[in-house]
Amino acid sequence: MAQAHSNRPISPHLQIWRWGPAMLVSILHRVTGNGLAFAGLALLLWWVGAIAGGEQSYQTFISFVWTGAGSPLAALTAILAKLVLVGLTWAFFQHMASGLRHLVLDIGVGYELHTNARWSVLTLVFSVLATALFWAFVLMPR
Amino acid sequence: MGNGTSIGRVRGLGSSHQGAHHWLLTRLTAVGNLILIPYLIVSLALLPDFEWATVHSWLAKPVPATALILTFINTFYHARLGIQVMLEDYVHEEAGKIAAWLLVNIVPFAAGAFGVVSVIRIALGAA
Ligand code: HEM
Ligand code: HEM
Repeated sequence: MAQAHSNRPISPHLQIWRWGPAMLVSILHRVTGNGLAFAGLALLLWWVGAIAGGEQSYQTFISFVWTGAGSPLAALTAILAKLVLVGLTWAFFQHMASGLRHLVLDIGVGYELHTNARWSVLTLVFSVLATALFWAFVLMPR
Repeated sequence: MGNGTSIGRVRGLGSSHQGAHHWLLTRLTAVGNLILIPYLIVSLALLPDFEWATVHSWLAKPVPATALILTFINTFYHARLGIQVMLEDYVHEEAGKIAAWLLVNIVPFAAGAFGVVSVIRIALGAA
């Protein structure tokens, strides 16, 4: 830390505090935002670049990320990529819900303890439900 | 700068006068994301299949192409602002700060440009 040399009193660190929903949602906002930024945007770029590259390169993308066809390596990454994709959809729904919560807090409402905890919990419930519904819809036979 | 206590150094340095603007741009791009990303994932979920021809011809249409280009601008900017905040919280050494500054000012723009060029190529019918 920049001020490591000072012996001024410092505040108790993270593990001292009793966890509450708002703390969980706060750290999840950071984790999901950064996860989406690094993994999500990288995947988005690969996807669009593969489409632009033509049918061949799109097939390569699909086999690494979804079907696993063609090589043992692709078979492995396709399994991992499915976990990543489900994780990213959850991360998006969670970040969207907690981001909306931020926008509401920004206008100065929602700070009463019970209200704050209730909306924090609701973002968690929403993200899990939305992820389940989204994948049920995508995987539904059509 | 002064060489007193941390707080003294902060006082000597003063505000960068950019915090409020950074904050506001985060909110502005958040609202953009609120439209662009749901549009993207709902559109993808509604595609009849994920064959190259299907995805390519969908993305070649004006509205999806425009939306995806806006995503490469708006969402990459939002992510760049957010990553900066995260790095400011966790990177404390001078060398690290310089590396972080280079990272958030170069990579997102290079990556976004690649995305925009890809969409243009798709929309204008090459490949
Ligand atoms: C394990 C526990 C905790 C973790 C992992 C954690 C993590 C974080 C993170 C990642 C942020 C920045 C994200 C954001 O602005 O939304 C943040 C902001 C903050 N945290 Fe915590 N935190 C914890 C506990 C606490 C506790 C116990 C307090 C106070 C007693 C606290 C006070 C704050 C404040 C005041 C901010 C700034 C909020 C703002 O930007 O408006 N945190 N925390
Ligand atoms: C539904 C759309 C979204 C909304 C409403 C939203 C909202 C927000 C808001 C309000 C903040 C600032 C939080 C604070 O002040 O502490 C934020 C931070 C952030 N967002 Fe988003 N966002 C959205 C989508 C995205 C997407 C798609 C990405 C990445 C691809 C992303 C990446 C980030 C990152 C990295 C941060 C910084 C988190 C931190 O470390 O403190 N966001 N978002």
